[in-house]
Amino acid sequence: MTAEEWQALQLSARVALWATVACIPVGVFVAWLLARRDFPGKFALEVLVQLPMVLPPVVPGYALLMLFGTQGPIGRWLDQSFGIVLAFTWQGAVVASAVMAFPLLVQPIRVAFRLVDARLEQAATTLGAAPFDAFRTVTLPLALPGVIAGAVLCFSRSLGEFGATMAFVGNIPGETRTLPLAIYTFMNVPGGEGATLRLAIVSVALACAALAASHWLTRVTERRLGYRDQQMGRA
Amino acid sequence: MLSFDLEFRRGAFALRAGDALESGAVGICGPSGSGKTTLLALLAGLLRPARGTIVFGDEVLVDTTTGTFTPAWRRHFALVFQDGQLFPHLSARDNLLYGYRRRDPAQRRFQLDEIVDLLEIGALIERRPAQLSGGERQRVTLGRALLCSPRALLLDEPLASLDDRLKQQILPFLLRVRNETGIPMLYVSHSRAEVEFLADRVLRMEHGRLEPESGHADDHR
Repeated sequence: MTAEEWQALQLSARVALWATVACIPVGVFVAWLLARRDFPGKFALEVLVQLPMVLPPVVPGYALLMLFGTQGPIGRWLDQSFGIVLAFTWQGAVVASAVMAFPLLVQPIRVAFRLVDARLEQAATTLGAAPFDAFRTVTLPLALPGVIAGAVLCFSRSLGEFGATMAFVGNIPGETRTLPLAIYTFMNVPGGEGATLRLAIVSVALACAALAASHWLTRVTERRLGYRDQQMGRA
Repeated sequence: MLSFDLEFRRGAFALRAGDALESGAVGICGPSGSGKTTLLALLAGLLRPARGTIVFGDEVLVDTTTGTFTPAWRRHFALVFQDGQLFPHLSARDNLLYGYRRRDPAQRRFQLDEIVDLLEIGALIERRPAQLSGGERQRVTLGRALLCSPRALLLDEPLASLDDRLKQQILPFLLRVRNETGIPMLYVSHSRAEVEFLADRVLRMEHGRLEPESGHADDHR
């Protein structure tokens, strides 16, 4: 692989990792809200969370540009107050990936929270655990396989992010040209067939590695949580 | 002493109940759907009453006229559910110590060893709930409730999921808990025999109303 191809691979890994790390705490909180609480505006939140998944990816990308671009209201404020510029930077690519991957993170965590018997949380509170304590020691550990599944989906989706990234931060080599953008670029360059094929193979390998890691992590967590004992006990 | 006078409504169901518990055991009998579990949930702090008071000693836990509401985790009323509700990801030992670790050390009345001996669960303490039988699970649940040093013990059909043979094994433990700890117990069951075996006094719940049982429990012993 050439230096340019390596650069795209490294950038993609960095963007996907940061997007996942940023999404997990927010995703866990939103998933818990949606699974366990009723409040006015819940449906609106649900729609907002799911929207990036059903929209053409350039639309969220365009929306990000309008809001977080150097001329956008939030973008200008971030720039003037903190000197943070998101448009056409790799940090912006992280934001684009995070927004697009967020629904895929929330969904499995939300299902996992729903599957945790709420009476276990009640038992914890009658034993003296305040709500956050009960969440930390009962709900979250029992939902951990869902959190892992969500994180892997989020990471994989971030690696593949194309439309929103292109619209929001462009296709700048070394800054925002992630793996999919590099593949697209090489496809449109005469003599780029070799690079395209190599990067396509790398993408497949990365996806397989992520799925294998998720499978292994889920097994380890389930064994630690006693789900596996249960199955053996019932057999 | 635990006294309460409560009103609660959910849809067409209305509950109205009042009583005062000294130490010893009070049994509540009644058909399913009569509001027994709801009453325990109100006492434990898992539900809010529409109107009423709960007073323990001289501490007002709930008073709807002043807006006083002590949350479940500060009441120290242990609730033992019908199907145990042990934490599946923790060993029997960590389940037993869950409430113990959260109790102010000065308020702890029991140690792990005592409860393990009382309930004869020493051999299974390292196991996960999934590796315990129904009877063993219920004994661990009872131990977990006692180890949080409750001021009152609320038992919601603790034997309902067990067969007769196991019930006969657990009942003596409950009797031992009643006799040796002196914690006020509220024992809910649809089985009269169970209630009469344990309770000093029996109340009857029907259509959300709590009333004294006609005929004294001692007659049937």
